[in-house]
Amino acid sequence: MITIRNVTKRYGKTEVVKNFSLEVAPGESIAMWGPNGAGKTTVVRCILGLVAYEGTITVGGLDARRYGKSVRKAMGYVPQELSFYDEMTVYELLDYAAALRGISQDRVDHLCEVVVLTEHVNKQVRELSGGLKQRLGIASALLPDPPILLLDEPTSNLDAQARDAALELLQGLRDDGRTLIVTSHHVEEIAMLVDRVVAMEHGEITVICDPSDLAEELGLRAWLHLILENGSAEHALQVLTDLGFPTKLNSRGVLVEVSAQGKGEAVAALQRAGVEIKDLEIWR
Amino acid sequence: MTATTPSIPQTTERLQPSLVWVIALKEIREAVRSKWFWMWTVAFASLAAFMASVALPGSQVTGYGSFGRTAASLVALAQIIVPLMGLTLGAYSIAGQRETGALRFLLSHPVSRSEAFCGTYLGLAISLAGTVFGGFGIAGVITVAQGGGANAASFVRIAVLSWLLAVSMLGFGMLVSTFTRRSSAALGTAIFLWLGFAFLGDLGVMGTAVATRVPTWGLLASAVLNPVEAFRLASLSAFSGSLDVLGPAGSFAVDTFGDRLGLLLFLNVVIWAGVPTVAAWARFTHGGDV
Repeated sequence: MITIRNVTKRYGKTEVVKNFSLEVAPGESIAMWGPNGAGKTTVVRCILGLVAYEGTITVGGLDARRYGKSVRKAMGYVPQELSFYDEMTVYELLDYAAALRGISQDRVDHLCEVVVLTEHVNKQVRELSGGLKQRLGIASALLPDPPILLLDEPTSNLDAQARDAALELLQGLRDDGRTLIVTSHHVEEIAMLVDRVVAMEHGEITVICDPSDLAEELGLRAWLHLILENGSAEHALQVLTDLGFPTKLNSRGVLVEVSAQGKGEAVAALQRAGVEIKDLEIWR
Repeated sequence: MTATTPSIPQTTERLQPSLVWVIALKEIREAVRSKWFWMWTVAFASLAAFMASVALPGSQVTGYGSFGRTAASLVALAQIIVPLMGLTLGAYSIAGQRETGALRFLLSHPVSRSEAFCGTYLGLAISLAGTVFGGFGIAGVITVAQGGGANAASFVRIAVLSWLLAVSMLGFGMLVSTFTRRSSAALGTAIFLWLGFAFLGDLGVMGTAVATRVPTWGLLASAVLNPVEAFRLASLSAFSGSLDVLGPAGSFAVDTFGDRLGLLLFLNVVIWAGVPTVAAWARFTHGGDV
C-alpha cells in the first residue's frame, strides 16, 4: 500500500531522516516509535508531500511526489494538535474540510455522531479540550472514508480517560481494515493498536518488530522508585540484591533497575519478603 | 464505516477553480472575523469620511473642483494607508498559517500549493476590495450629500487604482511571507518595505535627483518603478488629466506619451499588481517545506 524507499530529509546540513525504507501492506497498522527528534513526524510529512525529500514514496502504486493530490485523497491525516482555526466552530471546520474534498454535509453530520461530537458542533475550536480536539482531528481525517490514516502522536496531550477513548476509536478504525501509520513516543499506549513497531532514533530505523518484542529487542530498562515504610529500606535492598537486581538507596526509598517487562517481579519479591511498599514511580 | 481497497484512483492534479473558491471563501470569512481587518476598514473609512467632509464645506466650489479636491485628499490617504493594509495582510497570510500549523492541515488535503496560494490571495484581495471600496464609497456618499458630484467616473477610477495598489502590496506581502517562517519576522519586513515604498522611495528620488541631477526621463522612470508612486501618477492623471504637478518630469511624460499616458500609467499599476504576486506564487509552489 505504501512503499518508502531510501528517503532522506535534510534541514540545512542536518539529516533528520536517513535512508529510510519501509513497506506497509494494505490493512496493516504500523507504529513509528522513538524519542522526540527521531524523525517520525518528518516521515509522515514526507508521505503527505509537505516537505521536500530525496528518495521515492509510492502510495497505492502512485508516486506521492508526482500525484500528490491523488495520494492525499486516499489519506486522512490527524495532526498532533489542532491549534489553528480557533475562531471556527467545530461544524465550520468540518464543513470546510469536507468542501476541500467535495464531500456532502450529510457526511459531516454522520461523523460528528461517530466520534461523539454532535453536542459540541457549535463550540469554537479554542473552547475544546485536548480530547475533543483529538476527536475533531479524527473526524476531519475520516471525512473521505480513507483507506489510509496517518496519525501524529494521537495520544499525546490527552488525559487517561481521553486517551482510552481515542485508542478505542482508533482500534475500531483498524478493525475496519484501514492502513494505519501512527507515530508515538509512548509505544506501550499504542502497542495493542499496531501489527509492527518501527523504532527510530536520529532519523534511522533501529529495529522493526512485533510490539510485544520491542522491549526485548531494544533492551529497554526502567528504574522503579519504591517508597517504603520507615526502616525497611535496608531489608528491601538486601532482598533485591540477592535476586540480582541492580539497586540504589535514595532519601525517600529504593531505586531498582528492571527490564521494561519485569517491573512486577521486583514488587512481588518484596511483598513475599514482607516489605510494605507505600508508593512507586517508574523512571525511564 | 466501509471496508478498504488497496488501489488508489488517480484524479486530476490540475488547478481546480472550485477548490480555489472554497479556500477564498474561508479567507473572506476569517477576514470578516478578524479585528485587524475591521481596524483597517474603520480607520480607512473614517479618514476617508473625514477628508470628504472637510474638503467641501465653505469652499463655494461645486462640480469638478469639489470632487477633485476630495479625490486628491483620498489619493494622499490611500498612498499611505492602503500599502500598509496590503503588506501586513499579505505578510501574515502564509507565515501565520505556517506558524500555527494551518497550512500543513490545508495541504494534507487533496489541495495543491497553487490552489492554496490562489485561494488565499483571492480571498484577501476580495477582502481588501471591501475595505477600499467601502472607504471610497463612504467618502463618495458624503461628497454627494454636500453638493459635490461631477467627475464621479474619475473618483471610481481612483478607487479601482487604490484597490490595485492594495493587491500589489498584498503580493509583496505574500512574497515576504513565503520567505519567513515566523509571522513576526514577516510583519517586520513588511513594515520596512512599506517605509521604503511610501516614504523613502519618494524622498530618495527627490534627494537623488537634486544631488545627481538626474535627467527628467530618469526621474519619471524611478517614479514608475515604485508601485506607490506609480499609483500616485495614475491617480493624478485620472482626476486632473495631466501630470503638471510633477514639474519637468510630468511635462516630459505628457510630451512623450500624449493621449496614451493615462492608459499607460493605469497599465503600469496593473503590472505592479501582478508582478509580486506571480513571484510569490512561484516561490510558494516551488519552494521548500511547509
